[in-house]
Parts: sequence; structure tokens; C-alpha cells
Amino acid sequence: MIETLNQHQDLTAALATELIDRALAAGATDAEVVLYEGDEFEALVRKGEVERLKESGSRAAGLRVFLGSRSASTSTSDLTSAGLERLVHGAIDLARVTSEDPFSGLPDSSSFGQLRDDLRLCSDDVAGLPAAERIALARRADAACFAADPRITNTRGGSFDSGAGHKILANSRGFLGEYRRSICSISASPIAQSADGQMQRDYWYSSARSSAALESPESIGAEAARRTLRRLGARSVPTQQAPIVFSPEIARSIVGHIFEAANGSLIYHQSSFFAGKLGERVASPELTIIDDGTLIGGFGTAPFDGEGLPTRRTVIIERGVLKSYLLNTYMARKLNMQSTGNASRGITGAPGIGAGNLFLESSSPLPSASILVGVKSGFYVTELIGQGVNMVTGDYSRGASGLWIENGELSYPVEGITIAGNLREMFQHISATGDDMVFRSSIASPTLRIDGMTIAGA
Amino acid sequence: MSDHPTSIPSGTQHNSSGPEHRRYFFDTFGITERLLERCLGEALSAGGDYADLYFESIASTSIGLDESLVKSASQGMSAGCGVRVVAGERTGYAYTDDLFADRLLRAARTAALIASGPAKEPVTGFRERAQQDLYPVLSPEGDANIAGKLDLLLRADRAARAADPRIVQVRASFSDEVRRILVAASDGTFASDTQPLARFNVFVIAKDGASIARGSAGGGGRVELDYFHTEKTPEGFATEAVRQAILQLQAVPAPAGEMEVVLGPGWPGVLLHEAVGHGLEADFNRKGTSAFSGLIGQSVASSKVTVVDNGRMPNRRGSLNVDDEGSPTQETVLIENGILKGYMSDKLSSRLMGIPETGNCRRESYQAVPMPRMTNTYMLAGDDAPEDILRSVKRGLYAVNFGGGQVDITNGKFVFSASEAYLIEDGKITAPVKDATLIGNGPEALKYVSMVGHDLRLDEGIGTCGKEGQSVPVGVGMPTIKLDRMVVGGTSRS
Repeated sequence: MIETLNQHQDLTAALATELIDRALAAGATDAEVVLYEGDEFEALVRKGEVERLKESGSRAAGLRVFLGSRSASTSTSDLTSAGLERLVHGAIDLARVTSEDPFSGLPDSSSFGQLRDDLRLCSDDVAGLPAAERIALARRADAACFAADPRITNTRGGSFDSGAGHKILANSRGFLGEYRRSICSISASPIAQSADGQMQRDYWYSSARSSAALESPESIGAEAARRTLRRLGARSVPTQQAPIVFSPEIARSIVGHIFEAANGSLIYHQSSFFAGKLGERVASPELTIIDDGTLIGGFGTAPFDGEGLPTRRTVIIERGVLKSYLLNTYMARKLNMQSTGNASRGITGAPGIGAGNLFLESSSPLPSASILVGVKSGFYVTELIGQGVNMVTGDYSRGASGLWIENGELSYPVEGITIAGNLREMFQHISATGDDMVFRSSIASPTLRIDGMTIAGA
Repeated sequence: MSDHPTSIPSGTQHNSSGPEHRRYFFDTFGITERLLERCLGEALSAGGDYADLYFESIASTSIGLDESLVKSASQGMSAGCGVRVVAGERTGYAYTDDLFADRLLRAARTAALIASGPAKEPVTGFRERAQQDLYPVLSPEGDANIAGKLDLLLRADRAARAADPRIVQVRASFSDEVRRILVAASDGTFASDTQPLARFNVFVIAKDGASIARGSAGGGGRVELDYFHTEKTPEGFATEAVRQAILQLQAVPAPAGEMEVVLGPGWPGVLLHEAVGHGLEADFNRKGTSAFSGLIGQSVASSKVTVVDNGRMPNRRGSLNVDDEGSPTQETVLIENGILKGYMSDKLSSRLMGIPETGNCRRESYQAVPMPRMTNTYMLAGDDAPEDILRSVKRGLYAVNFGGGQVDITNGKFVFSASEAYLIEDGKITAPVKDATLIGNGPEALKYVSMVGHDLRLDEGIGTCGKEGQSVPVGVGMPTIKLDRMVVGGTSRS
């Protein structure tokens, strides 16, 4: 196998089209290529010492071929000529043994397209930031935790992470696109200890596509410390039904469940409680849920989706009524609909369905403080753990931590409890939405109040 | 407790008659001993206590069946090398997916930036130990019998559809990989291994009028394809998935609140993984961030509880001949008769904490910094008959199947989510209940274990553990046990 000792080829659009040509020459009736290269950097500083420093890059190629209505995928990190030859022939050989599926195939060429505006997804200042400055940002975030309060006795470290990626997508029906994205973040994860020895941890972070847009490490450390300290002395509460207020960073998971429920693959497979509910009221009338892959600089923005369709804005729920499923080409064909440009494509396998920037729009937002004011006795959730969500039935049961609300004010910390209900009812029972939505990642939500859930505790 | 035999150092320099997996990197990528030594020298060029090189090559295959059609098939190849330099508590890390000498040396120089001091010399001459042989070595491609795998999927589909007319969706998948590793370290460690891993999974949806439910079953391990013909058949997995879905069609709301809980044998051992396993990984304890920090020698469970982590069980999903630092895996007692005995450690924690090295160092891939992880974690059998355990409960929950779990290692709170559970009323199993999460506190929960069955079982081989973003395959196991109190997160307050 001496030919593997050739030098690597560069990742270029020309290489992508060459791979497509090779796949067609080898017998494919259609082919799709993804090339990806990325680099990552991580600095973790704990108690003033650099604990971990990581810096590297990697590259990979993915190929999907069709033999009529049969298809298969291959991927490799071996970009030598021999490696790419195996990529092509492996895919062809594998496709021969799969079943014929008349719904399979690349999108129609008329549906291809990409956003041509400057989406501001990549900033040079991320790669240009010297290592010493990156380490300093991590160090300052960690130091700010200790500076906040003497009860912060330990940390899991302050960190600076960054990455950049370059993706090329091409197919045999004429699509060719590429884009670069950068990302960086600062985070802090302090541990507080109470006089009786109880320990609590929490964290806070800031992410951005440009290092200039990051919040200061001091503010991140201070906020992480505040969030950690308020958990000291946490206790359980009796089993009961009570209003539950989801803080924005936790309410994001509820918005995420709406996306999952509207995922075309789950719909088609009768694996979502939204199946067959198009046009029906599925949530509180104050709720509008939008997926938008086009937001300038967004964490979930891209000029095209995993199949070469332009990304777009899709209203999933409008004033409580289910308006659209989220679809890639295959699921759209199965459901006799049009793709919503939500194909997600990694290096390996066929395209799935993924969100762009997903968020909630409220018709009657309230200041978050006034949402609390309306709660005489209830639970403010700041953390959820576990995976207890069943999208087939909507049954929902997760471990939770947070603060008890008494007479409209946050009172004492709570942990060791679960909150449970059914998502079908929970979406309907969203009785208040806040005005405090901020995009800290690709999913955003304001504060949400949900009534009728059960708290299980002592 | 069983004894802990260790591998015997061979004391001989390896040579061209070494195992196939080592020759693989030497032959395929042109790696030489001289190059390994040069890279380690470069890695320690700015000082540091220790450096290692981790070469990895993975060939994986995945096929999926849906609507009785083999709709998806994919194959992946990846190879690369991670270079780690440790200086005190500091770790420098870099990797390359290009195994040419210049790239390897550059990665070593990048990792070296963590240290600042005079160059250190790595030990000259590698030592390769005689190795455990816990699993078969498959063909290099690992995917020779693609037709055989397709047949397994089709059999599962037929069996599930035939089992009950209420089954409206069947999906099945088969994934396998062959992972080759080579570890060379500045302390002279030299180890290589070829690690197969296979997993079969069936997912079904049952529908009856307005009622709808899911069921899934799966299994596997470090096994050959034949395992799915002889030991665990597609029909077996299919019938089990169907049974669970049909059962859930009649499920009543789960109870809410603190009650007696009986956990069935096998996969419910995920309790141990979450409640105590993660909290006993040495890195958290070295840094004092675990709820178990400083509790060695203290009571953390009832005297009926003995928990071990055992990486050397033949063919198990969590087993490894050597860990990802090249150390032999072993059986490690974590809790013995309720007393906390030890942590799961790697070389770094072992050196810094002065505790034994347990062969628990693992990483997701060559791109990831290794850390202490679990292998197969289970509770030893007790004396109680499972039926007596159930009979002893007046009102409680009997949970036999779970989805995943999660733990906050700092405050000890952990959850795991029951996917098949029943009410126990006056010692009898009654209605099946809907999915519910159970929550407890790690250092406390096992103190409430009042009965331990004689029916220890390991899981079917489906566990994947996540820590700091890295996934690794693991196993769990447990006999039937009774916990006198645990919070059950249902919705029914009756």
C-alpha cells in the first residue's frame, strides 16, 4: 500500500467535482460529495495554572452515491489518492446491496440555491488571536470566579475554545457551494462550598463568531459564580402540582422539543405526537415558533442546507397552530410535501433533518420579573438533567434544580426533584412568555411559565 | 472477590513477529520505532514528565432497515495520531490525521508547548507486555459479510411484523467497527490492540386505536457476526422490542414521589454508573470536584453492596485488552460491603494522587484527551430471591428497563429514566406505567439498598457513556435490588 504515502491534496471545489466524476465513471447514476476541514483550539485554566492546552486540525471527505434508486455512503480521513479511490469504490460496492427505494435521490436541480449575502459566519480575528491572549482570557474567567466570593473554593476551570471550519458540498446535478464558519467561546465553571461541606457547581459562557463580540471573561466568571452560589443550601420540596417557570437557558430545551416534534422523519415514522396535526392548535395561542437558517451571523446560519437547498425561514407554529413540518428532500417526498431546506449533513451517512436558528416569538411578552410576580408558590428551573422525554407519546419526566418561588419572588434553592407532564399539554399550558430572549446558541427562548406539571420530591 | 491476575511482562523487545495489529501501523503507514522515539523526544523537548503517542485507525460500517427496505448503508475510515505531553497537572495535546513523519513531529512540537523547561529524554527501548485476549480479531475490513448483516435486519423486520398486528413501524440497524490502536509512551510503554465492536438494534411503534407506543431492544459487544446467529438472534431482539411497545399501549401514569423501588437485573445497573461510577473516576477526586472526594474508607452504601469495575470480561462492550494508555485493564473493587475502596484511575491521576493505576484511561478517538472512564461496572450478587424482594414491597415501583441517565458529580444528584416499569401493590406486580425519571443522591442512594438478589446479570451491550463531550462504549450490570426510598418522577399522586 505504498501509494498511501503520496502527499495530501488540498480541499478544493475542484477536488469535490473530481470525486463526483470518479463516482460517475465508476457506475454511479448520481453522486454527492462533502469535504470538510476544521481546526480547534482549547485552553483550560484552573486555579491560575494552565491545565489543558489543545490545538489541532483535521480533514475528511464524505461521498453518497446512487445506483438508480439504490444508495450508500462512505467517508474517510485518508485524502490520499488511494484513500479517495477506496471512498469511491466502497460506496459503489455498498450501494449494490441496498434496496431499491423510489423516493431516494438527490433533490431536483431546480431547488438548488444558496444565500449570496455576506452572512458574517467567519471572522479572521478568531484565528488571529495569539495563544497567549487566548490563555489569558481563560485565566481571567477562572480568576473572576474566585474573586466573586470566598465560598467559591474550587473550579472545573475557565476556558477559551475556538474553532474554524470550511465545508464544500457538491453534487452531480450541478450544485457546488462552500462556506467557512468560525466560533469562539469563553466559559467558567466554579464550585462553591457551604459551611456544612455541601458542594455545588454551575457555569456560564459567551460564544460568538468573532472574538471581538465575546463578553468579558470577568463578567462570565462573575455570572458563573452568582449562578453557583445561589444553589448552596439546596433542598427537596414535597410532591405537588405547581406552576413551573423555565429560565431562558432551560426554556430553550422546550423550544427544541417543538422542533423534534415537527421533525419530518419522526412525523413520517409515526414517532411524534405532532403527526397528522398540521393546521391544528398544538400550543398556547401566544406562541409562534420559527426556524430561520438565514439570520446574519447566527449560530445556526448557513448559506445552504446539507443537500444544496437555500436555507430559509420557516414558521413551525403560528399563534399556537402547527403550520409546517421540518423536512429534507427524502422526507418531503415521502410526505408529498416540499423540503424546508432543513437537510443536515455531516461527513458520514445520508442527510438527516436539523434546525437552523430556532426561536420563540411571543404575541404578548412580559418582563420576566412580572412572570414571577404572578406565581404565589412555584418552581423556577435553572437546570434539567436526564433524557426522560418520549416524543412518541409526549411523556416528559426530568430531574431538575432551581429556586422555589414564594409570593412572586425567588426564595430558596431546590434540587433532587423531578418535573413531569406531557409535552402535548405542556405546550398548550404555556401561560406566560418573557421579553428576555437572547441568542446564546442556535436555539433561543425567553422565560416561559408552564402550568399543570407535577413535581416529585420528598 | 476474585483475584486480580496481571499480565506478565514479556521482557523481550518486540520484533517483526509481533501481533498483527502492531504490524498494521508499521506496514500501512510506514511508522517505525525510530520515528516513535523521535516524536516522543520532540514531545519532551520543552520538559514535562510524560509523553505518549496514540495511533488509531477505525473502519466502521452501518446499515439501516426501514419499511422493510435496506435504505441506508455507510462505511467510514479514519486514522490519526494524538500526542500528549504531561507536565505536573498540565496536559498539552495535539493530533494529526496525516501520519507522515513531518506532521507527527509537528503535532509533538505543538503538544510540547505545555511545558517550559529543559528537554527530557524518553526511556530508550520500548517494552511490550504479553497481552490479554478478550475478544476475537476480525478480518481487517471487518465488513466482509455485508450480505449476512442485511439478512439479520430482514429477519428482525419479519419477526417484529409477525409478532403482533398492532406493530405499524419497524426499523432495525446494525453497526460495527474495528478499531486498531498503537500506544507508545516515554515511560517505555508499547502496546497495540485490535478492538471489534458490534451492535444490533430494533425499534418499533405499536398502535391500537388512539394509543401509540414505542419499543426498542438491542445488544452486541466485542463479538463476531456469528454471535447474532447463535447467542442473540434478530428474532430475539424483535420480539423483545414488540413486547415492550405492546405493554406500553396499556401503561398508566407513573406515580410521583418517594417510595420503595425494586430494580430488575441487568441494564438497570445504569443506576451504579450514574450514582457512584462517575463520582469515583479519579480525575474528579484529584481535583476535589466530586461528591465522593475524600470518602475512601467511609460507608457510602449498605453493607450488602459491593460494586466493581471490570474491563477484562470476554466479549463485553466495555472490555479492553489494554486501555488507551496501553495499560492492561483489570477488575477494580470500588465499593466493598458498603465501604468506598478506590477510584478508577489513569497514569496521571495515579502519579499525582499516589493511588494504584487501574487501567481505566480511555478516549473517544485520537482527537480527544484521555481521562479516567468506566469499563463494565456492576454490583455483585447477594442472597435474596428476586420474588422475595418483590413480595416485601407494599407499594412501590418495579423498574426493569431504562433509557439513559445523567449525574451532577459535584452535588451527587443523578437521574435515570425508566422505559419499562410496573406498580407493585401488596407484593404483586400490577399495572405497567409510563416513562418516568428516578432521581437520587449518589453518596446516599445506595445506603437504602435493603435487599440484593442472587440473579446478577450484565446488560445486553448497548451502553454508551458521555463525559466532557467524549462517548465511549461501556457495560453495566446488577442483580435485582430493593431501595427503601427513591424519588419517582411520575405524574400520578394517588
